[in-house]
Amino acid sequence: MVRFENVGLRYGLGPEILRDLSFMIPAHSFQFLTGPSGAGKTSLLRLLFLSLRPTRGLVNLFGQDVSLLGKDQVANLRQRIGIVLQDFRLLDHMTTYENVALPFRVMGREESSYRREVIDLLRWVGLGERMDALPPILSGGEKQRAAIARAVISRPQLLLADEPTGSVDPTLGRRLLRLFIELNRLGTAVIIATHDITLMDQYEARRMVLHQGRLHIYE
Amino acid sequence: MSRTGDEHGPLVDLGTERPQVPAQARNMSPIVPRASISGRALVAVVAIMTFLASITTGTVLLVSASAAEWQSEVASEITMQVRPQAGRDLERDVTAAAEAMRTQPGIVQVKPFTKDESARLLEPWLGSGLSIEQLPVPRVIVARVQPGTTLDLAALRARVTQVAPSASVDDHRAWIERMRSMTGATVFAGIGILVLVIAATIISVSFATRGAMAANRPIVEVLHFVGAGDRYIANHFLRHFLRLGLEGGVIGGGAAMLGFGFSESIAAWFSGTPVGDQFAALLGTFSLPPSGYLALAVQAVAIAAITAWASRRTLFATLDDID
Repeated sequence: MVRFENVGLRYGLGPEILRDLSFMIPAHSFQFLTGPSGAGKTSLLRLLFLSLRPTRGLVNLFGQDVSLLGKDQVANLRQRIGIVLQDFRLLDHMTTYENVALPFRVMGREESSYRREVIDLLRWVGLGERMDALPPILSGGEKQRAAIARAVISRPQLLLADEPTGSVDPTLGRRLLRLFIELNRLGTAVIIATHDITLMDQYEARRMVLHQGRLHIYE
Repeated sequence: MSRTGDEHGPLVDLGTERPQVPAQARNMSPIVPRASISGRALVAVVAIMTFLASITTGTVLLVSASAAEWQSEVASEITMQVRPQAGRDLERDVTAAAEAMRTQPGIVQVKPFTKDESARLLEPWLGSGLSIEQLPVPRVIVARVQPGTTLDLAALRARVTQVAPSASVDDHRAWIERMRSMTGATVFAGIGILVLVIAATIISVSFATRGAMAANRPIVEVLHFVGAGDRYIANHFLRHFLRLGLEGGVIGGGAAMLGFGFSESIAAWFSGTPVGDQFAALLGTFSLPPSGYLALAVQAVAIAAITAWASRRTLFATLDDID
């Protein structure tokens, strides 16, 4: 599903922050991406999400060489990827329900065709009573859950999550991990970038450790 | 959690927790928020530009209509002067010249001015009680030409000078030419102002769009995250800007139309005053014909379309920057 070959990344003329990354993410796989702060976890997620282009090497996503893709093709590929960012990126003028339903809206689906699915998921992540609330009045944890719900609602083939349990209590963290595991069981490849050792200890999965720009994989 | 049901099935199974799903569709917020400061600024810019463009177009239409009226009035009349000449009887020359004019095809009415009428014409300059016989004053004959006919002026001149050698014929061609060039200059200046207004509109709208896009950059980024293409994003913003452009066009164009609608009444209040009479001489009755109002409405829609076009151009350039 994802193949990196000798990928390097630098910002401008600065030093290379990711070096010679070569790995594969198989379909239906589950992995944690970890490493110290500044190791390049978020940059690697951005490379996977196609919001950054590598300065060298080959990135192949869903069987396509990303260096050959046009803007429309990138947009189409992104519809197959869900992403949860650390700063949530919710739209302040839309309700929680509308934010979560946004991927379906962009796909051009009728509201009636996804209403039940969105409401069920909002209940599951504990936002059933906050469906009509606007993001500015949500707590940090609620925003995070809304961002996760938006990323998983369209059942992406690849889910990228950057510190997805950073703003929630341990109980809710476990519940969200179950959601990711369930999504994985239904066929989505999941990559969770996290510092949280407790979270990683709760589920036996492949660990990708970034250290000084290089990647070490522990199966 | 388990997968059940339709093709996709629910991602999560709430069991007995499953809520009642409302049957009615929810009112979805627009992708681009409607009210924003940059949006209001854009409406104001477009309204002012449309107002200025409408005033310019309306004035040009009024001047052209008045000038066409003067020209048709003047062109339907020719004037002949018969000068006194030693050894010739002026009265006989006037009668002969008038007769020669009457028999010319295309002339429908001939009016020779009598001695008294000629004296009255000169009264403002020479005072009353004038004895015209003591002065070598030429006599005037005015003839009306049938509208739509082309008068053979050379033949008329030849026939008239044959019977009255001192007669000269004036068809006001020089004056009409001056009028035509003045009207042309006014229309040209009006078009120049319109071009400047439209250029200023495009520049202002481009900057306003860029500002609005900068303000909405987080929205564009999120839309990119959820897989929206540039065309999808641009279409939503374009609809937003077209609506703002139409709003501005309706306000500016409507204000100008109201202004022209009331100008006739305002002109009536000033009639009799020197300023009012000058304006009436230049612009006629100030009444814009229905076709003029239609032109202003079309112009307002065109400015809204230009707003949307300028926004679209800026949008794609900005989307390239954001990606």
